[in-house]
Amino acid sequence: MASVVLNEVRKTYAGGFEAVKGVSFTVSDGGLCVLVGPSGCGKSTLLRMVAGLETVSSGDIRIGERRVNDLEPMARDIAMVFQNYALYPHMSVFDNMAYGLRNRGTPKPEIEKRVKEAARILELDALLERKPRQLSGGQRQRVAMGRAIVRKPAAFLFDEPLSNLDAKLRVQMRIEIRKLQRELKTTSIYVTHDQLEAMTLADRLVVMNGGHMEQVGTALDVFQNPASVFVAGFIGSPPMNFLAGEVDTQGRLRLPDGAFLAFDPKRGEAQVGRKVLAGLRPENVALRNGVEDGAAPRFRLELVEELGMGRLVHGKVGERPFTVAQGASDPPPSGYSLSIGIEPALVHLFDAASGLSLTSAAPRR
Amino acid sequence: MVEHRRFGNFLPHLVLLIGVAIVAFPVYMAVIASTHDNAVIANGQMPLTPGTLGFENYWHTLTAGTGRTTRAPVGGMMLNSFVMAVGIALGKIAISIISAYAIVFFSFPFRMTAFWIIFVTLMLPVEVRIYPTYKIASDLHLLDSYAGLTLPLIASATATLLFRQFFMTVPKELVEASKIDGAGPLRFFKDTLLPLSLTNIAALFVILFIYGWNQYLWPLLITTRDDMQTIVIGIKKIIDVHDALTEWNVAMATAVLAMLPPVLVVITMQRLFVKGLIETEK
Ligand SMILES: Nc1ncnc2c1ncn2[C@@H]1O[C@H](COP(=O)(O)OP(=O)(O)OP(=O)(O)O)[C@@H](O)[C@H]1O
Ligand SMILES: [Mg+2]
Repeated sequence: MASVVLNEVRKTYAGGFEAVKGVSFTVSDGGLCVLVGPSGCGKSTLLRMVAGLETVSSGDIRIGERRVNDLEPMARDIAMVFQNYALYPHMSVFDNMAYGLRNRGTPKPEIEKRVKEAARILELDALLERKPRQLSGGQRQRVAMGRAIVRKPAAFLFDEPLSNLDAKLRVQMRIEIRKLQRELKTTSIYVTHDQLEAMTLADRLVVMNGGHMEQVGTALDVFQNPASVFVAGFIGSPPMNFLAGEVDTQGRLRLPDGAFLAFDPKRGEAQVGRKVLAGLRPENVALRNGVEDGAAPRFRLELVEELGMGRLVHGKVGERPFTVAQGASDPPPSGYSLSIGIEPALVHLFDAASGLSLTSAAPRR
Repeated sequence: MVEHRRFGNFLPHLVLLIGVAIVAFPVYMAVIASTHDNAVIANGQMPLTPGTLGFENYWHTLTAGTGRTTRAPVGGMMLNSFVMAVGIALGKIAISIISAYAIVFFSFPFRMTAFWIIFVTLMLPVEVRIYPTYKIASDLHLLDSYAGLTLPLIASATATLLFRQFFMTVPKELVEASKIDGAGPLRFFKDTLLPLSLTNIAALFVILFIYGWNQYLWPLLITTRDDMQTIVIGIKKIIDVHDALTEWNVAMATAVLAMLPPVLVVITMQRLFVKGLIETEK
């Protein structure tokens, strides 16, 4: 049990490429922190630095009381679950889980006890004698988890552990990992590029982009108060819609095609004439049949996706693609002359130039 | 091609049978000849059915050999050949797996240089460097010794390259998982890499054993004593008589005996080889 603290951690690869550009965050003792971001943003690099598989170019990494920058992976008291599981192909499930304990000189009865216990938790009892190749993907994944938990390490590190599973199993394992982590109360860092996985798992979410940290916070906080256009567009599915416009004298947003969008003036500074991006979550937008006074933005319908529990209505507002998520009880759009409406308080505003939020109360970083 | 077609199957089988006959007939002749009295063979009418002297001929060959030519029993030669072949095979495997391990999994100065130097020796088989190698072996007093027979043939690039190719397919996560599991470089080698390489080792052993067993030129140079001869040299010498009748029955028995160990090695190791091919998965 320990907290993990990163302070201004940077990584420059041998070729001079800076993959991680100064990241600081804290994972509290027993917490689960998810690193999320698009491919190539440096999530794995960061995790591997914590694991000790990659050297740290500058900054500090602490696990518990110790600064671990210069410690070997073995000495860091961490366990890692890899995307391809990295099970030892020639060892039985039992040996795979016992290997780390044996190398540390754990007494035999203790190894036996811990492996059996982990096998029970993960429902692997019947499979202990099998070789990894005789297991399904989901079972392999559980063995990889078992290998981590038998060690009772100070921290678990997960690098996209579910991305080799099919969609259904992924959801199921996601829930299992969450339950297991709650039960064991082991500090964990979890890397994924799947924002839904990130949202559902995280005590704390770290959104990364291009080696930078875009935002840190609880899943809900990041969802409700995205600090930047990037975070707003990345978290949430279907993604947030953006409309470009200018703040007019009456404190409304004027869109290029002459329509207006009201926003809550209490939410942050938005001086007259400022070029901004308005962010509208698909599920917050209402579709109205018919074009009213011409002030509300017009919506040009292109495609309706029926999902059963609701539907996604795709189209355009001005020149920008726009999606509206409707509930099953909402009337389906009829005809092609539609307009959109939204509660002013639900409109997010971002500075058009910097991409930073003007409405979010949460400080960036 | 599921349905049974009589003539469709007949022709391929005929071709195969002819092929087998061409390959197997000389071997059959050797076996037959090794069971007759030399006089029977020497009169020019080679019988096609087994004789009655099989046991005597082989016993004589193994324990006495031919008095004039090799002056040593073939049993001893087989032992020499066996020691040499196993020595070369194991030595090559040991050296090359270690060097491939160093080249693939460690970064050290001049790593690629080391690799290329090993690679270049591909172009220097023993036949090319025979004089300097002989000189060194003789300066080190390795003539007429097992060390002399095996050591100069052990250093080779082929096996190193094979292991290198294989090691490069081992996922790097496996190395990292080992590190996190607290296995140092030696443990990783012993616990993970070696078991995974078993198939490759078996395949290489087969190839290298036969390579070693069939060596001719080098043993010819390096051995002078009768009791250090290898069986391949023995066969040549047994046939090579000028002033007397070739002891064909002994020569043929020797030839058959020379064929056996490679065949046995192939048969026993093939099992492991195929099994490994099916079971190993990285
Ligand atoms: N050994 C290396 N040498 C040089 N550059 C590297 C190395 N490893 C990774 N990179 C670069 O660092 C950046 C971050 O890589 P990283 O693997 O951390 O991405 P990631 O966020 O995990 O992406 P993904 O979701 O695809 O796994 C990438 O641009 C990658 O090209
Ligand atoms: Mg990655």
